[in-house]
Amino acid sequence: MEQAKTTMIRMRGIRKVYSMGHVEVEALRGVDLDIEGNEYVAVEGPSGSGKSTLMNIVGCLDTATTGEYVLSGETVAGLDRNRLAEIRNKHVGFVFQNFNLLPYASALENVELPLLFAGTPAKERRERAAAMLERVDLADRMDHKPTELSGGQMQRVAIARALVNRPAIILADEPTGNLDSASGKGIVGLFDELHANGQTIVMITHDAAVARVASRVVRIRDGQIVEDRRAA
Amino acid sequence: MLSRAEIALVWRLFRHDAARNRKRIALTVLAIAWGTLSIVLLLSFGEGLKRAFHRGKNGMGEGIGVLWPGSTTRAYMGLPSGRTLSFTDEDADILKGRIPTIASVSREYATHCPVAVGTKLVNARTRGVDPEFGDLRNIIPRSGGRFIDTLDLDAKRRVVVLGDGLATDLFGDADPVGKTVRINQSSFLVIGVMQTKVMMGMYSGPDKNQASIPASTFKSMFTGQKVQNFVYRPVSMELADEAKVEIYRVLGSKYRFDPEDRRALGIWDTREDQRIVGNIALGIQMFLGVIGALTLFVGGMGVANIMYAVVKERTREIGVKMALGAKMRQVMAPFLMEALLMTVMGGVLGTAAALGLMGIIAVLPLKGEAFDFLGRPTFSPAIAVATATVLGTIGTLAGYFPARRAASVHPAVSLRYE
Repeated sequence: MEQAKTTMIRMRGIRKVYSMGHVEVEALRGVDLDIEGNEYVAVEGPSGSGKSTLMNIVGCLDTATTGEYVLSGETVAGLDRNRLAEIRNKHVGFVFQNFNLLPYASALENVELPLLFAGTPAKERRERAAAMLERVDLADRMDHKPTELSGGQMQRVAIARALVNRPAIILADEPTGNLDSASGKGIVGLFDELHANGQTIVMITHDAAVARVASRVVRIRDGQIVEDRRAA
Repeated sequence: MLSRAEIALVWRLFRHDAARNRKRIALTVLAIAWGTLSIVLLLSFGEGLKRAFHRGKNGMGEGIGVLWPGSTTRAYMGLPSGRTLSFTDEDADILKGRIPTIASVSREYATHCPVAVGTKLVNARTRGVDPEFGDLRNIIPRSGGRFIDTLDLDAKRRVVVLGDGLATDLFGDADPVGKTVRINQSSFLVIGVMQTKVMMGMYSGPDKNQASIPASTFKSMFTGQKVQNFVYRPVSMELADEAKVEIYRVLGSKYRFDPEDRRALGIWDTREDQRIVGNIALGIQMFLGVIGALTLFVGGMGVANIMYAVVKERTREIGVKMALGAKMRQVMAPFLMEALLMTVMGGVLGTAAALGLMGIIAVLPLKGEAFDFLGRPTFSPAIAVATATVLGTIGTLAGYFPARRAASVHPAVSLRYE
């Protein structure tokens, strides 16, 4: 994970306007944000602040109305849905609050999914997914279905899935939101470890306490960045 | 298009859904099976009908013409109109020798006379014909027998080929070949019995009730009889019209009538009837096929309906797959596959049921004229192809539109969908 000191995310003047009938809602009003390789950034803000919109744009799930966005060297503008899907597949690893594992697939198969969509050959897919599950300490749970796993284990499967395609950034949306505090601590510890190994992480949270574990906290209110603070 | 792992996942997904919605999926598969059963059965009945029609339309003979003498309606070369013509023996040679578009000709003499075996007596139409007659008029002897040949003709032998109905009337279930019948008080050796056949067109009654003897024998037995008609076959279907024109020209010059005088000769060109009958049979089969396809279409609606519901249920999952980098086709493919899977399952079930039913019908002792046409459903490769095509089309459509709905889901929105 030698990604230090390269610009992972570069945003300039990002605006996002939703039109609901005749009413236009401006969810983001000119966001400038740079994130370097190996940064651990928490984006913090209450609901309705625009942090979800920002996360969608960072994760290429949605595109900005105006503004410039470069993710890991790729300009994300005017791309069709298939191209956006490719960029997500290659550069972004998602971790969701409610894990979003496929219930009918085993842990191993869930981790294989991004590789499946990338067209990785079966043998390599299996090996890489297994290695990733070992890394999150779930080597003995590979064939378990999500319903046979605890919340913390499910989230670790999700993290393995996010990492398996070696993404430029991990984009985590309230990753501890659905976990008890012990499991939550385990996940936070895992993120710390990944960060220590050079992984760039962007975590979205409404919880200032959770945000504190990051090396940099970006606070967002009413569609604008109001504070960008790096830990000493 | 899909890797094996993806297909395995789709199969897993289907089983997962099937376990949760067992009744719904079972009913949908059943609807497809019912539609398939309808289309296969209807097409098979249509095929049986078509084949019966085909046999029937050729029952009188394939592509033949029947030629009768008529009477003139125009004065020609000093001769008045209203002259009645009659044919002679040598006209057969003239037709064969002078008209190259005619491949074969047979004379047909005929009279009604008593045909008897022991005390059983039937008044049957007895005809004197040439060896070509059997082939022309599709009178095929059962195995063990034969039709009249040139030796019979040259030697004026007293041999007879019986229609199958006449044979039963006279001999019951016994084999008449080699036995003797009395025709007009003279003894005749039975050399053949006609195979049972279906006739959709005829003149002077069905062949099954008639006896055929050599034309030469007939002439010496019933003196003073004129040739009633000729039966001929043109070299090819395309030359049939040309042959007709030639017949008018050649016989017109012999009997001195205007070759344009249509009423001087009567010609029944069976080609036209056979084309019409063929088209009717095809039309009926297509009609039945369309009804079957519509029934199947309703089943397809059921599949589409389920798939729309499934897309809605899986909105969140679609969003997750999109977030993980699934392209449009990778999102759509599972829905298409599931719809096709349900369709194929229903199709296999329905086809099996249809074949089973047809197997039962085949062993039922159905007898009689109507069952000759309706009681013999026949499955054919063409029906298999047609059914598979309709099923495939319906399955694809039933999957495609829901799949398109799935692919149009916005990833950011669907991830929030509960």
